[in-house]
Amino acid sequence: MFLRRLLTRIATTLVTLLGVAVIVFAVIRIVPGDPVAMMLPPGATEADIARLNAFYGLDKSIPEQFFIWLGGVVQGDFGTSITTRQPVLGLVLSRLPATLELSVMALVIAVVLGGLVALTGTRLRYTRTEGALDVANGMALSVPDFLWGLVLILLFGVLWPVFTISGRVSPNLVPEFATSFFLFESVLRLRFDLWLDLVQHMLMPALALAIPLAAIIGQLLKQSLKETMHLDYVTLARTKGYSENHVILREALRNAVLPTLTLIGVQFTFLIGGTVIIERLFSYEGLGNMAIDAVINRDLPLIQGIVLLFALLFTLVNLAVDLLYAVLNPRLRHA
Amino acid sequence: MKLSRRSLLKMSAASVTLSVALPAFAQAIDELVIAYNVNLPSWDPTVGPSAVNPTIQGLYQSVFDQFILQQPDLTPAPGLLTDWGWNEDRTQVWMDVREGVKWHDGSDFTAEDVAWSLARAADPATGNPIQFVWGTLANHRVEGNRVIADVAQFDPTIFKWMYFLTGYVLPKAYYERVGAEGFEAAPIGTGPYKVEQYERNAFVRLRANADYWNGVPEFETVTIRFVTDAASRVAEVESGRSHVTLEIPYEEYDRLRERSGLGGVATPVSDIAMIFFNDIDVMLDENVRRAAVHAVDKQLIIDRLLSGYGVAISTLETPEYAAFDPSIEVAYDPDLARELLAASGFSTDNPVRFTIQTTRGFKPKDYEMIQAIVGMWRRVGIEAEIEVYEVARHYELRAADQLAPAAFYNWGNSVGDPTTSTGFAMFGPSPHSVWDSPDLIERIGPLWAEPDEATRIQGWKDVSRYIAEHAYVLPLLQYVQPILHASGVTVVPHASGALLPHLMTRA
Repeated sequence: MFLRRLLTRIATTLVTLLGVAVIVFAVIRIVPGDPVAMMLPPGATEADIARLNAFYGLDKSIPEQFFIWLGGVVQGDFGTSITTRQPVLGLVLSRLPATLELSVMALVIAVVLGGLVALTGTRLRYTRTEGALDVANGMALSVPDFLWGLVLILLFGVLWPVFTISGRVSPNLVPEFATSFFLFESVLRLRFDLWLDLVQHMLMPALALAIPLAAIIGQLLKQSLKETMHLDYVTLARTKGYSENHVILREALRNAVLPTLTLIGVQFTFLIGGTVIIERLFSYEGLGNMAIDAVINRDLPLIQGIVLLFALLFTLVNLAVDLLYAVLNPRLRHA
Repeated sequence: MKLSRRSLLKMSAASVTLSVALPAFAQAIDELVIAYNVNLPSWDPTVGPSAVNPTIQGLYQSVFDQFILQQPDLTPAPGLLTDWGWNEDRTQVWMDVREGVKWHDGSDFTAEDVAWSLARAADPATGNPIQFVWGTLANHRVEGNRVIADVAQFDPTIFKWMYFLTGYVLPKAYYERVGAEGFEAAPIGTGPYKVEQYERNAFVRLRANADYWNGVPEFETVTIRFVTDAASRVAEVESGRSHVTLEIPYEEYDRLRERSGLGGVATPVSDIAMIFFNDIDVMLDENVRRAAVHAVDKQLIIDRLLSGYGVAISTLETPEYAAFDPSIEVAYDPDLARELLAASGFSTDNPVRFTIQTTRGFKPKDYEMIQAIVGMWRRVGIEAEIEVYEVARHYELRAADQLAPAAFYNWGNSVGDPTTSTGFAMFGPSPHSVWDSPDLIERIGPLWAEPDEATRIQGWKDVSRYIAEHAYVLPLLQYVQPILHASGVTVVPHASGALLPHLMTRA
């Protein structure tokens, strides 16, 4: 049963990716912005335009271009970037770890902050503290991540410059690691100087991404916890004499966390999407920053590669959340 | 003084905070850090979109030399080529190559490198976007220390292109040995700096070339961080993490340059703002065009929207360009604009209507400028509807000759020749021109191949006057580039807009 569901999801994922590939391929060729027109200086003639179109393989029909590209993708060749002249797959994979590390760090911060807000709000419900937390939550939610980024830059980059404003790592510390998961690998290699430097660079963009998500998590988890606190089994726990902290943490939280988990899964995909703007703001060398450059330069193969990878990530995250939900929810597990 | 544990902790915290918060501009600059406004996608300065991106040229010129050196005022000077010219009947060009120059790997720079670089640029298979210019030379050969090429098609500006886009000398032997990928991974040139470390989308660290033929740069190490967001660039300099930055809002520039430890230079660069008129609809009426031109108070736009940073222009030639003629002036005269419109039956009660296209945020205050112009036009009897588009759309529409009757654009011409400003912008047969009337084509046509330089430049001045008289285009202003820097560094601005670390010295 479980295996069949898994296989169905994988098949759905493949169809989704194919759909995304078709849409992206078509849309970026339909929307205004011809990469060759952008590249040619005004003195160029029609023959020069034709020559460069042929050079970049843009002289063929769109379906023909698509099938050539798709044929390459199936064999692991995502084409060559127009701007960097590097293989797209290599470029995208080299930047993916930076974005994943940033997203995961933002998620961890969001879960911790949101969890703390929810637990404190539940513990101190119907008090002024809960009211203050609700106000703070509302503020965190209503300000978009890039504005949080600007606020953080002003506070911790300029007024009290304790964190680094731009980049992923200090130029004099760029490691020669086996992978691009610098944060992870620096721990394994006991390079704590590098780890600290990475964290110092990542903290502000991660925080900017995390604050709105933390507010959402806090709000939903608190609501869910408050509802759970009225259930019979929680009341029973109280009558047994357990402390309020024990009731919240050990009894109510496990059930209350399920809807939040689904939300986190959905929001994580949005969070990865949010890295596009935040990475740009902090000049963080991830996939999002590269995506903006690719769009500005109309680097069609690179845009296709990045979007396809983002789509793959989104579907994988959703798949993982579904599976985790099934594992944690006994009703689904035994269905 | 009694020291308690609490007070000791307080003092420690304060000293840590102070040491962290002390901006670098308050300290002596050892390693120069520049917050640059664009990423560097590729190290090959002759291929792809980055090869024709004017802002990236400053990075390329730090590592590679061009065939001919361009000085900060745009004039040429001996560089890797020490002398150059045509033969008597202009069927050949000759170029004398500097001796004693070394590539960054220590090998000798030779005339072979120049000949190979020219031939490579002319080869359509390399994908050089300017191949159509380099293709006017053929059969490149080396005779001792001189490179000779046959003129396939006479182009009086060919030597100007040698200090313009894609006009770089690359190392023949090294490139052939390592290939395109190897060159991307470890580029070498003859320029003032060597590439020490490069992280795509992050930074490039440069080390001074101790053998540089034109003098060793003052800063031994330069780190150029790619900080594409203007607010972050401002923060970089304000916090002291970077010493120099460019392309920041004028308001921020004014706010910060007065601050202790910071300074700034703002000089006109070779970029202009203009409004193309398309030879369609109401724009075929000369009265409408002339009214549209006379109704615009350019100085007011500069003062109010650009904080005074700009130079009003009447032609597509700026004062630094070879064919600039200060006697051509198109005055702001709203009364004349009203008269002209009245002659064509238009007034504020019966306005002439057309669409004007503009980018929004592509250049400083582009949309706001057009809003202001539309307001000025309204007062004389022109009702223009603003349509916002992306610059990529502009290129596409311009190539297809489908722009609206009026379209805002910014034109760069860091070589300063009239062919690459008025010429390409206004010559009908060019797929990128907008006004295509035969009278203008007739006047411009012969200038492309005019061999006598004085006659050629005078010819372009005459064309500029003719264009101004008939209002075939609306030149607005020359941009001013603000460069913000720590007071410990002196920045020499380049009129091309290129930010060149080798021109920077300690103050």
